Amino acid sequence: MRNIEANVHVENPATLRMEDKGGLFRLVAGGDWVISESPRLDKELAHLRFTDAREVEIDGSGIELLDSAGAWLLVRTRRIFEESGRQIKLFSIPPHYQPLLDMIERDHTGGPVDPHGHHHTLTALLERMGRETVQIARQAYEFLGFLGRVTIEAFEAITSPRRELPFPALVHQIQETGLTALPIVGLLAFLLGIVLAYQGADQLKRFGAQIYTIDFLGVGFLRELGGLITAIIVAGRSGSAFTAQIGTMRVNEEIDAMQTLGLNVAEVLVLPRVLGLVIALPLLTFFADVVGIIGGMVMTYFDLGVTIPAFMRELQGAITVNTLLVGLIKAPVYAFLIALVGCFEGLRVERNAASVGKLTTRSVVESIFLVIAVDAGFSILFSVVGI
Amino acid sequence: MSEAGKTDDVVIRIRGLVNELGGNLIHDHLDLDVKRGEVMGVVGGSGTGKSVLLRSIVGLNHPRSGSIKVFGEETGHSDAEEIQGLQLRWGVLFQEGALFSSQTVAQNIQVPLRRWTHMSQNLMNEVAAMKLAIVGLPEDAAKKFPSELSGGMRKRAGLARALALDPELLFLDEPTAGLDPISAARFDELVKDLQKSLGLTVFMVTHDIDTLRATTDRIAVLVDRQIKVGTIKTLIHDPHPWIQEYFSGVRGRAALEA
Repeated sequence: MRNIEANVHVENPATLRMEDKGGLFRLVAGGDWVISESPRLDKELAHLRFTDAREVEIDGSGIELLDSAGAWLLVRTRRIFEESGRQIKLFSIPPHYQPLLDMIERDHTGGPVDPHGHHHTLTALLERMGRETVQIARQAYEFLGFLGRVTIEAFEAITSPRRELPFPALVHQIQETGLTALPIVGLLAFLLGIVLAYQGADQLKRFGAQIYTIDFLGVGFLRELGGLITAIIVAGRSGSAFTAQIGTMRVNEEIDAMQTLGLNVAEVLVLPRVLGLVIALPLLTFFADVVGIIGGMVMTYFDLGVTIPAFMRELQGAITVNTLLVGLIKAPVYAFLIALVGCFEGLRVERNAASVGKLTTRSVVESIFLVIAVDAGFSILFSVVGI
Repeated sequence: MSEAGKTDDVVIRIRGLVNELGGNLIHDHLDLDVKRGEVMGVVGGSGTGKSVLLRSIVGLNHPRSGSIKVFGEETGHSDAEEIQGLQLRWGVLFQEGALFSSQTVAQNIQVPLRRWTHMSQNLMNEVAAMKLAIVGLPEDAAKKFPSELSGGMRKRAGLARALALDPELLFLDEPTAGLDPISAARFDELVKDLQKSLGLTVFMVTHDIDTLRATTDRIAVLVDRQIKVGTIKTLIHDPHPWIQEYFSGVRGRAALEA
């Protein structure tokens, strides 16, 4: 918004006159003592020189307009004189402003406010570090508890004949997190395939081994990149949505309402999301794998002149079903983590809107971190096992 | 600000206001004048467009047709930029306070001061403390964030922000809803005090019949997409069924007889 200046015209500029004669200090105020004049008056009053006068008169009877800022300046001046032990002989303002003065006198007895919530000092920094550390540890502990609870709920929901899975909600979640994510996942996987094929071909050309671009592409995409890019997109898309949805319900007291109605929050809200994503993410990953390979195929055709049948032959030699499975087996784990973090942070939202935004951001960062950390863990595991 | 002699001029002038919400006609050629220095209460059943009326006057809602003039300036069809300067002369208290959540209460009160004046930080701190005291908030509320306050305290802090610039015109959207009766009574007193001491014009949407009785000079009732203006004394005799029920129901009678 354009910042125009306040269009205030003061008809009678405020005046302030000081007289000091023989032990009597006189302060004569006149004109409009209003908020727009207050910065100037504040400065003039700050330069007030104390004399040895023991008695003070504050004469505001010439004031034409008075608002609370102006009235405060008068009251403040009088209080300063009083505190310095001087005697106020006279304090006058036009009578119809007396109620305003009375209100300020009656209600306001303290000092100025300190507008800052936190002080930035070294001790405050240390205190904050300590708080954050404890906070992180506590949160990890709570997250483990949540994981256990959801696992038990899921187990009961699947095995107990008495309780049944919230099936429509589950299907809805699969549609929301899986089906509607197809375009974006497909597009990004296709582009990533192109990038990989181009980089691979560029490097391998130097050794005359450009045909191995296809091996590089196939193994790299199926084992690692397809799953990783899909998980990251889904974390940003669905993980954040889970936190925002559940968080908004928290703000609206919907979660509290559920509890008073005897509904199981974990079962109604968390289970469909977790199970839905665990089903949807492997399917999405498979889709990303296929589209990514097609992207690479297009690039190798234009860059290296490899025809489609030749590409297929080479790909068949390079990868086995196991290559695909090693990539796909990680997807449900990613999905579980993303959904769990999303729901966990959503349930931690406090009853204010700002908290929804804060925890949504945190949910995305945490789930992407966990996905990459778990991927590294898988790599170590596979290398030890020798897959 | 004016003295008692100038009460004749009109601060808000609404002519032929038509508002539609989701295909429903809410206001149908509605006229209303609010005079300088009076406290105007607005009542009406749910969905009769009390808040829409308030939002239209302050330029947050653009009506389908009609004219709304505040201090002689058209606000109904203007953007916030075109009515710059009016914001200095009015203050708005929203239903839930609408405090900026990332700032402390004191910083909230200082937002309008920072925007419209050149006060030193020191003076702003003093003025904020005074406003907090006037609306009856304790000193330690200044440092708190809105999320740390109760609903009633948020409302008072919102009022302190609305009063920061000593506006001539104050809009209150259900100021006493959600307050306990003692706080509500104190709030009524505060509105009266402010009006007396600052010559404030108040436009107040409320359901609270105690507040109406204690503070308002005139009352505007929204019925049948139109508005009926009167005082409690004249409205009691209005034959319209909603008005009859509102003022002569058990709660209404008890409040009026008190």
